[in-house]
Amino acid sequence: MISLTSNPIDIASAYKYLQADGAGAIDLFLGVVRDNTQARPVDRLEYEAYDRMALSEMKKIADEACRRWNILKFVVIHRTGLLRIGEMAVLIGVSTPHRADAFDATRYIIDTIKQTVPIWKKEVFTDGEIRVNATP
Amino acid sequence: MNASINVLLFGITRDITGQTAIQHPLAPHARVSDLLIQLHGQYPRLADIRALLVAVNGEYAEPDTKLKSTDEVALIPPVSGG
Repeated sequence: MISLTSNPIDIASAYKYLQADGAGAIDLFLGVVRDNTQARPVDRLEYEAYDRMALSEMKKIADEACRRWNILKFVVIHRTGLLRIGEMAVLIGVSTPHRADAFDATRYIIDTIKQTVPIWKKEVFTDGEIRVNATP
Repeated sequence: MNASINVLLFGITRDITGQTAIQHPLAPHARVSDLLIQLHGQYPRLADIRALLVAVNGEYAEPDTKLKSTDEVALIPPVSGG
C-alpha cells in the first residue's frame, strides 16, 4: 500500500494491514517533525509533492525492495501540507518471515525515498525565516 | 506554428518564478537541455539550485530527451521528503 495524505497517519491501520500469517517480523519506521534543525528552533514544516510522480517513484522503491528481500506486505505513507512538531511525516512498514529482512528493507525504503521521491520540505523557523534546502 | 509546453514547478522553483506552472514556447525538435537553457535565461536564479532535474510525463528525463507539446514537464529541484 502506497499513499500520500494530507491527514494524520494512522499507525494502527498500517499495522493491521501489515499482518500476515507467515510474518515473523513487522518493522515500522516513523519519520516525525523535530523541533530544531542544526540547533535552530523549528516552528513547523510544510511538505509539497508532485503527486503522480511521488506515488510512482515510491512504488518503484517498494518494488525494488520486494525484489531484494522476502517481503510479505509493505506500507509507505507520506504526509503533505503543514506539519507541527511531533507530527508524523512518513510511515514505512514491512512484514517479513524473519527480522533481518524487515530491518534492511525498511531502511532501504526510507533512505531511497529521501533521494528520489519528488516531495519537498519547507522549514519554517520560530523567528519566521523560511528555508528551502536546495541551494549550494 | 507556436507550439508551447506546460512546465510544472515545485519546491524552490515556485519561489523563484512566483508561479506553480508556466506555459513555455516549444521550438521544433527541442530537448530537455534546450528548455533548461531557455528557462535559465528567463529565470537566472534557477542556476543557484544545486541539481535541477526535469521530469517528463512523471519520469526523470535525460538532457537529450525530446519534448512534445503534449508532454507534462516538471522541474524537480533537490528533493527533501521523509
